[in-house]
Amino acid sequence: MNPPPSATAKRNGPALQATGLVVHLGGRFVLEVPSLAVERGEVLAIIGPNGSGKSTLLQALALLVPLTSGELYFEGESVHPGSDLVALRRRMAVVFQEPLLLNMSVRENVTMGLRLRGLSQSQVACRADFWLQRFGIASLAMRHARALSGGEAQRASLARAFALEPEVLFLDEPFAALDAPTRAELIESLVTVLRETGVTTVFVTHDRNEALALGHRVGVLMDGRLRQLDRPEVVFGAPVDLEVAAFVGMETVLPGRVLAQEESLALVQVSGSRVEVVSDLPPGREVLVCLRPEDVTLHAPHNGGPSSSARNRLRGRVSRLSPRGALVAVTVECGFPLVATVTRRSALDMALSLGQQVDVTFKASAAHLIPR
Amino acid sequence: MDLIVDGFRQAIALMLGLDRELLRVTWLSLQVSGSATFLSLLIGIPLGTFLALNRFPGRHLVISLVNTGMGLPPVVVGLFVTIMLWRNGPLGLLHLLYTPMAMVIAQCIIAAPIVTGLTLAAMQSLNPRLRLQLLALGASRWQMLWLLVREARLPLLAAVMAGFGGVISEIGASMMVGGNILGQTRVLTTATVMETSKGNFALAIALSIVLLLLVYAINLFLTHIQQQGRAP
Amino acid sequence: MRTVLSILSLVVILASLTAACSAPQPTAASRPPTAAPPRPANPELILATTTSTQDSGLLDVLLPLFQQRTGYQVKPIAVGSGQAMVMGERGEADVLLVHAPDAEKKFMADGHGTSRQLVMHNDFIIVGPTADPAVVKGAKTAGQALAKIAESRSLFLSRGDNSGTNQLELKLWKALGANPKGQPWYQETGQGMGATLNVASEKDGYTITDRATYLANKKYLTLGILVEGDKALLNVYHVIQVNPQKSVSINAAGARAFADFLVAPETQKIIGQFGADKLGSPLFFPDAGKEDEEVGG
Repeated sequence: MNPPPSATAKRNGPALQATGLVVHLGGRFVLEVPSLAVERGEVLAIIGPNGSGKSTLLQALALLVPLTSGELYFEGESVHPGSDLVALRRRMAVVFQEPLLLNMSVRENVTMGLRLRGLSQSQVACRADFWLQRFGIASLAMRHARALSGGEAQRASLARAFALEPEVLFLDEPFAALDAPTRAELIESLVTVLRETGVTTVFVTHDRNEALALGHRVGVLMDGRLRQLDRPEVVFGAPVDLEVAAFVGMETVLPGRVLAQEESLALVQVSGSRVEVVSDLPPGREVLVCLRPEDVTLHAPHNGGPSSSARNRLRGRVSRLSPRGALVAVTVECGFPLVATVTRRSALDMALSLGQQVDVTFKASAAHLIPR
Repeated sequence: MDLIVDGFRQAIALMLGLDRELLRVTWLSLQVSGSATFLSLLIGIPLGTFLALNRFPGRHLVISLVNTGMGLPPVVVGLFVTIMLWRNGPLGLLHLLYTPMAMVIAQCIIAAPIVTGLTLAAMQSLNPRLRLQLLALGASRWQMLWLLVREARLPLLAAVMAGFGGVISEIGASMMVGGNILGQTRVLTTATVMETSKGNFALAIALSIVLLLLVYAINLFLTHIQQQGRAP
Repeated sequence: MRTVLSILSLVVILASLTAACSAPQPTAASRPPTAAPPRPANPELILATTTSTQDSGLLDVLLPLFQQRTGYQVKPIAVGSGQAMVMGERGEADVLLVHAPDAEKKFMADGHGTSRQLVMHNDFIIVGPTADPAVVKGAKTAGQALAKIAESRSLFLSRGDNSGTNQLELKLWKALGANPKGQPWYQETGQGMGATLNVASEKDGYTITDRATYLANKKYLTLGILVEGDKALLNVYHVIQVNPQKSVSINAAGARAFADFLVAPETQKIIGQFGADKLGSPLFFPDAGKEDEEVGG
């Protein structure tokens, strides 16, 4: 069965726009975002540490929390004190971390939003059937909400939201409370459905991988301020400052100075070594060199010709081994600490142990410079 | 012990024989307490919901008053209502004293804080995020309130039963404002007290049994409704 | 199904609500006969009387008769004598039927009532355990009996509720010059006559009671009649019309009609026969028209 035609027609302008958005709650500062636009059809992932104000931002955009100051535009229409908030909210849908289902059957829950909008019986039935099926819970339709597992309940919440065919969909850490396998399944389902429907989505999470998997753009919110908003590869590969770098997983951060630069390739002095990094920064600049552990490769020490295409090769000693699930994080001291991740298999194959001598390599394009 | 057996026998005889006086007294008990409970629901459920969902200065004070009201001695209520309603009192021109209406008023004053307090607790026990979710689903203010009340229906029905139970068994206020007048304001409880004071213990026991059966029947009905909504 | 049930219950509740709001219907017993009943201008009449009067059941016979004849709707409020008198003072009752002569005289002297008429009397008796430790039986007067009880410090139960019975009892103690209040053998129940008799029976104590209540409860009690017939033990009932100047709402016409009814010869006859068939002897003795002194009132 094909998905019912999406409610969004082709129009110009962003689906959501906020200018000068400021939110204070209970007298405390929570959020300040001078400018934010969510493009039609895009999935915007907002990530940040706990307490950064992500949920508040989502609730403000979903018209659930009043702004202390600032302006909101929904599909070009300004939202002001006289606006019919109920009518506007009925063009959106929100899924929270908890399924927040009501004391009734799954089907009744999924049709709740539709019934609130006064849709006809047949329309309600049609959409409910489709979306229950789509999220794989058609067989649970008559079961009572309380009798569902966490994953099943969240599927119901998702079905409930999608059945509304919203113009904007908001998801507030929808998978945070689920166990890893369920989470993986649901992300799969969600990615497919989002691709099919093309609905404008704002997705809040503290999990970087989810953001990478789902988002067309990623926004990093820290202490109530939007530090960076860009495509995922830019945010993760080129974080705008140290705090963002730390949050997005750049584990190796080294102070250095640009010695020379030619054709976008910079030579940077880091402690006693020199590394090459793709950058346009001029010589003399103080910088921070950032590296993701997955971009650092370990080799058995060997002298002689290059065995990899990486421009940077350093020798050092293993100073730390931290297991991380299926991977192992290896800290190598080569005058400064570098963190690399290897699979456990590789760790075994290389017989990694503390104090062992290893070679580390990384590409000039993998490293990232942040001016200090 | 033989008194209780006597009482049982008399109760059965009265009920099977559809004793006129018994029927009248029972029906009036139901009417008065039923109306009073109904009115207290009209006041208590909205008030309790309002207190649960809204913040305003002085909220704590109001909630404390409600909780105190739950323990109001009925006889005190009866006294105050009597003073209000008697001829030379502020509301004397209503001529309500010694009528069933006065009993309804007094019982309503007794039941309303109970219903309010229990509604407040019931609504506060709901997940606070639920309100947001309902708004996000596009519920208007009234739709949201209705859904929240529906969500809390188990403890709310308990509130109804508590309110009803509190007034159907009430004597002090009913006696004072009603006067226990034969054929006009005599209810099961006041009749029981009177028969006891006269020394007609068997009859008093019989009336008590009828009262208990009545209360049980009503609660059976309400419990049935309450338990219907439970998850399997 | 559930919604049907809920709606049904809502309908039932609304129906009862409207029913309770309507004016009280005249009772079956008091419904006037098919001949057109008289309709006085102000049919509501509040009669303040005592619990023992109500408990005797006399009013259950007299009131319907009165209502039938005159069309007045009587609301008998049975409280303690003390409260009845205060209701009269405050103008919250139209007519009083009480048995506390001293308090009544003061009531009239203070101008609260316009008329006080003797209606009937019943008598009090002193009852106690058949073993009679204080040797009360055979005493010629109530005073003697009480004196013996006080001397032997035997258990005595008082109603202690400012009722007519209680006031008579206190009057007797006062005449002896005794003040038993607070003594361990003198206990106050604060309750009606039936309840007090019960307590006395349970605890094997002495008490003063009206004959009617005793006879009605006899089969549950282990008490016997020890002293009776003393003039001081007569319990005299008067009907008092409250002074209409107290309040506009006082139903003076109704009060007068009721008083006239009580002293009318026909009614007096009914009073004299009341209870004879059930308890063996009549409970009340009609006295309308007699002088107070004749009956020790």
